[in-house]
Amino acid sequence: MSERQWHTREFPEAAKDLLQNSQLRKNVQHATTVIQGKRNKVTAELPDWEDLRESGAQVRAHTLRHLDHYLTKFEENCTRAGGHVHWAADAAEANRIILGIVQQHSAKEVIKIKTMTSEEIGLNANLEAHGIWPIETDLAELIVQLGKDRPSHFVAPALHINKQQVRTIFQREMNLPELGDKPEDLATAARNYLREKYLRIKVAISGGNFMIADSGGVCILESEGNGRMCLTLPDVLISIIGIEKVIPSFRDLEIFLQTVPRSATGERMNPYNSVWCGVHPGDGPKEFHVVLLDNGRSPILADKESRQTLQCVRCGACLNACPVYHQTGGHAYESVYAGPIGAILTPQLLSMEKARSLPYASSLCGACYEVCPVKINIPEVLIHLRSKVVQQDQATFAGKFSLWNIGMKTAAFVFENADRLVIAERLGQIGQKPLVSKNGFIEWLPLMLNGWTQTRDLKAMPAQSFRQWWAKERGSESNGMKSTGKKNA
Amino acid sequence: MPESGGHRVVILESIQRALGTHNSADSIAAEYSHLTRDYTQRGRLDREQLLDLFTDRLLEYDAGVSRAASHTIRDVVAQVLTGRGKGGLVGPAGIPSNWLPIDFTFEVAEGWDAYRLDKTEGVLTGCTVAIAETGSIVLQNAPGQGARILSLVPDYHLCVVFAEQIVETVPEAFARIESTSTLPTTFISGPSATADIEMTRIKGVHGPRFFDVVLVTE
Repeated sequence: MSERQWHTREFPEAAKDLLQNSQLRKNVQHATTVIQGKRNKVTAELPDWEDLRESGAQVRAHTLRHLDHYLTKFEENCTRAGGHVHWAADAAEANRIILGIVQQHSAKEVIKIKTMTSEEIGLNANLEAHGIWPIETDLAELIVQLGKDRPSHFVAPALHINKQQVRTIFQREMNLPELGDKPEDLATAARNYLREKYLRIKVAISGGNFMIADSGGVCILESEGNGRMCLTLPDVLISIIGIEKVIPSFRDLEIFLQTVPRSATGERMNPYNSVWCGVHPGDGPKEFHVVLLDNGRSPILADKESRQTLQCVRCGACLNACPVYHQTGGHAYESVYAGPIGAILTPQLLSMEKARSLPYASSLCGACYEVCPVKINIPEVLIHLRSKVVQQDQATFAGKFSLWNIGMKTAAFVFENADRLVIAERLGQIGQKPLVSKNGFIEWLPLMLNGWTQTRDLKAMPAQSFRQWWAKERGSESNGMKSTGKKNA
Repeated sequence: MPESGGHRVVILESIQRALGTHNSADSIAAEYSHLTRDYTQRGRLDREQLLDLFTDRLLEYDAGVSRAASHTIRDVVAQVLTGRGKGGLVGPAGIPSNWLPIDFTFEVAEGWDAYRLDKTEGVLTGCTVAIAETGSIVLQNAPGQGARILSLVPDYHLCVVFAEQIVETVPEAFARIESTSTLPTTFISGPSATADIEMTRIKGVHGPRFFDVVLVTE
């Protein structure tokens, strides 16, 4: 299996390539439009939808403010129920812990429920390197794994692939030359392929949607029953979960079990939710491990403006709502976490050292904020992170003396003073003359300004500016705005 | 018994450093109790409307629904099984004998492994609570519901739900299961399904592909 590489390119470069793939764009647009429509319908039918969003946001924000308290409480209760809680500071540590448990049980194969956290730490590649074969059981993850592809959406990882493409992958990888392309046929093929594996394989690996501090329980939402198979049949279960995924109380699930299914798949409830605490004799695995993963999360808490990023419950609604994601799909983000939430989460997880173009991969239209079931103000965080990127650049010699920085500094100098602006406008009116075409548009600009005119024309500055017009028309009046108001009244 | 002690301390210290403040458990509990919870707690439907809503939601998921009275449960179960072409079912311990029709086999499958359950025709269970608004039944590890494997591996699941077990909203259901929250708990909303291929909901992947409810209303 090919090793999945992330963060190899910046967003603009990756997006440019993917925009050439019209089949992918068609698949992504079809899928996101369908989910978005269903989501809008089932959220509109709840009169208390906004109250649920508000409570969800408050519970998540409260938990993050006291994350150390709730994590230790979860640990205490999960341990009391017979679970083993491990703490992993980074990906390497998490991989070591998981590999150790798998090897302790001499397992050569493990079955897996879809988990983005596993993707984040590169778990599959690490297991394979040690001769252990991880088998993805979520239908979409299976498609991605057998197709040697990368997930492009964290609720529906194969959203960029259509049914004919799935058939081709299954025909080849499952040796089923006669397989049809009806979704039912494809689901049946997956069922038959995996069933024997569920019954036989003794170690399972999952993520987790919520860790419940007051009961020590873990909750997983899913559709197919592959999750339940992995959570119930094997002898050993290992759940790798980000430290931010804890909630204070079992009762808080009454909020999230209403908002997450409606946001994620547009269903009133997804087919299966499982909640379990540690081990229960005669029911499910005999051994249960939780690996709590930090991997860059705890430092994010220090920044009060971007801390809300960690409120995310991974429903994917912001991806489906995003006009940029609609065009590019998930792979353009070169990140495990794609879409608007990925654009703010990924650079922060990487300490703003990589993926620095992602905060710019947005039109700041705000659709993501509007649909977020825990009210993460993604546009606000995007702007905050953009300012961090700029500050980082300005701190370097090359950045400080870059054309871009000099240009922006000059613009700021001009805009902060009315007299300077008037002079700049006059200079612009004269200076633009050689660039204006006959149609009154500027079709080409030099240097970095060329980025604008590459894909669109710029209207030339008019011969008379608004300020000049105002001075001419109302210059004699002492308070122009006020008198205009009176005249119109 | 916390493991990886070293990293535990490193992570907790990193969190505390980032947050900058440390509050007592009491003050955290006080803050938690003041969080806004203006969402709907209680439903408003009368009994008939509630039963209708629950039925509609189940039908939308492509589950079957049949009504029974407490003295006709076994007859209705027999009808449903005949309709599905089943000769018998397995189930957990604690299934009341008046649910079981005479001409069909029933075996208690406690402790059976997945291979054995995979060969059965289906499973019969009760439930702890059901939610009308979302068409969900909630199973816990209790008599008449059993271990999670029972309602998972067989390809067919028949669930007997009593009218008084049905609540309208999700918060009402949580109020009922809060005291047993540490039991293995499964929310089931229709047969297993996926929307992973072109966002079309397809019934029947790994969980039971067929799911019926017998609704006991009097």
